[in-house]
Amino acid sequence: MALTGVEIFKLLPKTNCKKCGHPTCLAFAMKLAQRQASLDACPDVSEDAKRVLGEASAPPIRAITIGTGPVAVKVGEENVLFRHEKKFVNPCAFGIEVKDTMPDEEIKGLVDAVLNSEIDRVGQKLRIDTILISNESNDVKKFEAVVKTVSEKAPQVPLIISAKDPSAAEAAIKLVADKKPLLYGADDSNAEAMANIAKKYKTSLGVAADGLDALSVLTEKVKGLGVEDIVMDSGARTAKDIIEHNTLIRRAAVKKNFKPFGYPVITFAQNSDPMLETLKATLGVTKYSSIIIMSNIDKWKNLVLFSLRQNIYTDPQVPMQVEQKIYSIGEPTPDSPLTITTNFSLTYFIVSGEIENSKVPCRLAVMDCEGLSVLTAWAAGKFTASKIAQFIQESGVENEIKHRELVIPGYVAILSGAIEDKLPGWKVVVGPREANGLPAFLKSRSN
Amino acid sequence: MAFAAPKETYSGKVYEVTIGTEKTAVFGGENVLPFHSFEGTTPNKPVIAYEIQDVSPDDWPETVKNVYAGVSGDPVKWAKYCQDELKADAIALRLTGTHPDRNNRSPEEAAKTVKDVLSAVNIPLIILGSNHTEKDSSVLVMASEAAKGRNCIIGKAQEANYKTIAAAAMANNHKLIAMSELDINLSKQLNILITQMGFDKEKLITDPMCSALGYGLEYTYSVMERIRLAALSQNDATMQPPMVGDVGMYVWKIKETQAAEAELPQWGSLEERGIAWEVATAGALLISGIELLIMRHPKAVDAVRKFISEIS
Ligand code: B12
Ligand code: SF4
Repeated sequence: MALTGVEIFKLLPKTNCKKCGHPTCLAFAMKLAQRQASLDACPDVSEDAKRVLGEASAPPIRAITIGTGPVAVKVGEENVLFRHEKKFVNPCAFGIEVKDTMPDEEIKGLVDAVLNSEIDRVGQKLRIDTILISNESNDVKKFEAVVKTVSEKAPQVPLIISAKDPSAAEAAIKLVADKKPLLYGADDSNAEAMANIAKKYKTSLGVAADGLDALSVLTEKVKGLGVEDIVMDSGARTAKDIIEHNTLIRRAAVKKNFKPFGYPVITFAQNSDPMLETLKATLGVTKYSSIIIMSNIDKWKNLVLFSLRQNIYTDPQVPMQVEQKIYSIGEPTPDSPLTITTNFSLTYFIVSGEIENSKVPCRLAVMDCEGLSVLTAWAAGKFTASKIAQFIQESGVENEIKHRELVIPGYVAILSGAIEDKLPGWKVVVGPREANGLPAFLKSRSN
Repeated sequence: MAFAAPKETYSGKVYEVTIGTEKTAVFGGENVLPFHSFEGTTPNKPVIAYEIQDVSPDDWPETVKNVYAGVSGDPVKWAKYCQDELKADAIALRLTGTHPDRNNRSPEEAAKTVKDVLSAVNIPLIILGSNHTEKDSSVLVMASEAAKGRNCIIGKAQEANYKTIAAAAMANNHKLIAMSELDINLSKQLNILITQMGFDKEKLITDPMCSALGYGLEYTYSVMERIRLAALSQNDATMQPPMVGDVGMYVWKIKETQAAEAELPQWGSLEERGIAWEVATAGALLISGIELLIMRHPKAVDAVRKFISEIS
């Protein structure tokens, strides 16, 4: 439970010594309450206050990291139920299941698909985050061999080792312990042995229960055994159970501070119908799953789910933006066309992508409109003739180009006359409405 | 610590709306967030209407245009195909051809199309204008009259044209879609303005404006969640009409549903990509609060139907 500024103030030294950079202890407390300052800034805070504040400021859902290095995935740390309240924090991880009963070729194919899954979208590099390897065969040797194959083929990819049999679990974990995998498969019957393996090899532990009551007992049991990094599977497999369990878990953790549910949730969304699998994953992304496991990772499905995750996990207050400046696409000469758009990331990436497609070197003037799309910025009075004129004049682009022609988006054709009035000597050319018309448009003009 | 499920009970409820006469469709009526049947009542499943048009869908991408190749030249055939072959629960007839930039068809021509379609099918009909606010106010008035007695949905009334459209829907006993632009306050205000004319609030359907996955979906998603929360926890009657998502129209115009795989190999198969785009957009919006969907691709509709059965 977050503390208020006044509650935090009561725990501070109250000397107003200003060492934290704030005029008073109360001012510092207010910043802490808004999570705009860190307690470390006060050198005189007591150990006791540190402990209380530390507990209170810990997010209601624990952060879990799987893997190491640059592609490690961190999940959890969520604070709210609805994205309009506050940004969802750590995007859920997408994973694929490799069963040790699959033929070698299939396993290699799946691993290759993971390795090739990276897609660049709106400036972010997105990929399938993790591979879950399951001990379907119940054969320790077979499991070891598959874990070995996968981890050699995909040494960077974070792994989830799934086994019910502790001896299989340990044999596999031993091979990849340095990669900080998640060990999944602790249940009522094997919790002690699995907890011991997780502790011994310092991995996080995934627990599986049948229903919420059993789950709360299980996480408490595992925690009592000394494992703190837990991932939860409530046993929900149908869409109906997933929405019910995930909602109740998130509510209990966030609103009731119910500690046994203060961990990320793993959801198995597998379905023989790929569209239904897409929909179950959609449910997981929107309603509180932190790790979503699928049966295959068709490229089209990845694109859909990466886009959805990006949408759901963006900050509701701040649209994704790019820097205001004149971007060079290709190697523009002083005669190359000059185009203009707004600094909404989505707009910028669509437009710059289409200019690249055209193979016509161009300058793209990206104007700060607080991250709004062209039409939204225009409707909000941020993409107006006078602002555009001022931006062009102040950008210095006039020194880089010989001509005086500006290509504007087709949807704001209405601005062309007014821009010409405000930019003496310039000619405004109305481009196509949709960016996908740009390649044909630019090619026809460059001939 | 024993687990006590933190269930919510709300003071508000979404209005239940019935459309059609011979065969009807019912949606809304729940007193909890979408699919939260574990803590309240969800008497009706969301309804999916197949979108058809009064002109052939030349601007739809191949993936979805081809499905209707034999029938889409004629709205009557198209409607019958949706009813008889695709087993549609409802049809949404968009009078695209009335748009001044399209065929600029007259309100009379539109009314005739409506009549023809209505005499060919017995499932509920949603009648949509071309989204040209001025033209819609004359087209939808005549279309409402032409559909008198059939308990249709007329749409969309917007701030600029709601008066004439709402009056026509009221006079001919239809339901009405009120659309505003992605803002909860605008949406509330429009519902208030329309009910102040004497229009029954239980016959309204809110359209907070749709957007496609990847193209502002998060805005629609959050506006819908906020509208639903206002309806349920604040018992705000102006936010209690069910919501509609005009999904197909937004999805089938973006690049992801059109670009060939050869051009963008990382994006995978175009056919599945397009369908999945419609599927995931519809899915996310169902979870945020939609009760009525307008969609285009039969395979997308089938998948969403299966999902609705599984989650209900
Ligand atoms: C999401 C959204 C919002 C979000 C903002 C999202 C954002 N970051 O911009 C929110 C909810 C905040 C919003 C608010 C408003 N919105 Co708004 N919004 C939309 C929506 C649904 C999608 C916008 C979007 O993301 N488009 C995608 C991007 C990529 O499009 P784009 O930037 O235009 O770029 C395309 C083209 O313009 C072209 N292009 C871009 N640059 C260039 C450059 C060149 C050279 C060329 C040739 C082409 C080109 O290529 C791109 C892709 O093809 C649109 C409706 C729609 N479907 O378009 C309405 C829309 C833009 N909004 C509209 C309005 C009126 C508003 C508000 C004024 C109303 C309100 N509700 O208060 C406010 C204003 C905001 C403010 N702060 O005051 C109207 C604008 C009407 C008009 N024709 O002017 C629209 C069109 C809705 C409608 N009526 O149908 N909106
Ligand atoms: S450093 Fe600590 S004691 Fe000094 S003013 Fe800041 S909060 Fe108060």
